[in-house]
Amino acid sequence: MILSTPITSQEDRSARFQGQADPEASPLLHPGPLDALWFQVTGTVCNMRCEHCFIACGPTNHAFGFLSVDEIERRLEESMELGVRDYYFTGGEPFLHPDIVEILIRALSRGPTTVLTNGTLLKAHHAAPLAKAAAGGRFSLEFRLSIDGFDCATHDALRGEGTFERALAGLEMLLAHGFLPIVTAVRTWPSGEEPEAYRAFVGMLRARGYRNPRIKLLPIFRIGAEAERAGGYAADERVTTRMVAGYDPDLLLCSSARVVTDRGIWVCPILLDAPDGNLGDDLAAAAARPFCLGHAACTTCWMHGAVCANPGAYTPEAGLEPDRP
Amino acid sequence: MILSAPVGLGTVEGPAALFGGVYSNHLALLATLEDARAAGAETIVCLGDVGAFGPRPDVSCRIVLEWGIPVVQGNYDHSLGHGLADCRCGYTDPEDNRFAAISYGYTYAETSPEHRAWMRTFPQAIRFRLGDRRVLVCHASPRRINEFLWESTSSDAFLLRLLDDAQADVLAVSHTGLPWFRPLPARRAVLNVGAIGRPPNDGRTGAAYALLLLDAEGAPAVEWRRVEYDHHRLAAEMREESLPEEFVETILTGWWTTCLEVLPAKERARGRF
Repeated sequence: MILSTPITSQEDRSARFQGQADPEASPLLHPGPLDALWFQVTGTVCNMRCEHCFIACGPTNHAFGFLSVDEIERRLEESMELGVRDYYFTGGEPFLHPDIVEILIRALSRGPTTVLTNGTLLKAHHAAPLAKAAAGGRFSLEFRLSIDGFDCATHDALRGEGTFERALAGLEMLLAHGFLPIVTAVRTWPSGEEPEAYRAFVGMLRARGYRNPRIKLLPIFRIGAEAERAGGYAADERVTTRMVAGYDPDLLLCSSARVVTDRGIWVCPILLDAPDGNLGDDLAAAAARPFCLGHAACTTCWMHGAVCANPGAYTPEAGLEPDRP
Repeated sequence: MILSAPVGLGTVEGPAALFGGVYSNHLALLATLEDARAAGAETIVCLGDVGAFGPRPDVSCRIVLEWGIPVVQGNYDHSLGHGLADCRCGYTDPEDNRFAAISYGYTYAETSPEHRAWMRTFPQAIRFRLGDRRVLVCHASPRRINEFLWESTSSDAFLLRLLDDAQADVLAVSHTGLPWFRPLPARRAVLNVGAIGRPPNDGRTGAAYALLLLDAEGAPAVEWRRVEYDHHRLAAEMREESLPEEFVETILTGWWTTCLEVLPAKERARGRF
């Protein structure tokens, strides 16, 4: 009894790129199944105004607004029909939402849930009910806490005066409630200094009581406020048809994720300012719609892969090192 | 990547012994096979990664061959078989990748060319029927040889989609090393059988595997087996081979010491490190 194989081959996956006749033109990516559903839960509204924010979020940026509990509930129901694996909540700052605890508990009752936060607004009245829900449920509730520097000077220069200590207070509160947050840090140091920076980070977190810190380093997207701070992409920085030959599309978030916003379904959490990032209101249709990798920021995803996902959520099959003879 | 067609094993009434991740732990392997036979397993399937982590991979290869156990190809078997540069374990942390490179380099050097060629022939999926249930067995997931299916990061909706896409009622996987069972509506289920080569991060040293069977209603059920073996002897062999002391500690204590950064929050919180 020989049956057709269910495992998708690398060649089948690469075929999801629709190249152009001109090898230097940007390819289209036909997405695979929808694994992850993101929610821009507080739109672009944030209590901070970071110098390196890729969508220039801030207290007065209302380009995207808050999502209601009803809208989130409707999308969660739809997502189950599509076989979605896990949920991510981002902003802006999610803990500005008055109903964020209820929203996260509703998501967590259906599947694994991650919330991305700057930690400065976290209070025990958030952490305590969430800890109870997480302990009583089957799925992981992940906190991703942005701390962009292993000391106050580096962090506060990017994120605002006094925010380092406030973020660490949030971290300590999460630890006290039994959470093991993933601390994310944007790579603002030269690549040669990374091992040193990583060690300093681990040391700082251990000194704050995080015995085995979980750390995710992020590449920097040179758009939004960051383009103003350190300069944007060069005009010729684009993903081309030539660059995706043999490339595993599942390394790109837009291959298996979409974002719910108050203005419709978006292609990814990075390209909120791109008009073509809006894929309409119908989640199933938006999930299946191909997207042209024509934005400079797409080159950062192409280079680093799985930028926004949690560690272990995406696993490259094709390595970059040469194989053994 | 050229994929082999899945192999069919026909229909069994059960139970079916399903174990994954031998990781060169030949002592746990023999203990598992003897336990499965004693438990009346009608069929025995290995879910891949024959060599890795532990000492003298050729010993485990010979045992699997002697017993005639069908194996679905794991990422390690695939990498060794095709002479790839690394194990494609899917780690994201630099320290985890350093340990993965030590393990892969040793295992590659110590696996005979004949055994590596044999690993290349493993199918990537095996199907059989357990009563009227269609069972699909693969190493990691039906769509990817190194995808992590953790209990706490797999929604029911996602698992049902995998079953539908694979045209199966029961899906059995391994790769993560942590066992779990998820019954689903309409007599369907997904289980991760764990790995016998490295204890499942719970402070106990025995090897864990699954006996898959049907309950009184004909729904898939699992009997978890925990098999003791001479882990002190394995630790001594690992030290003779100069394998990392961190690996030896895991065998002696039952707690994972490396490759922890891919664990989701719930699974990470259950371990010591």
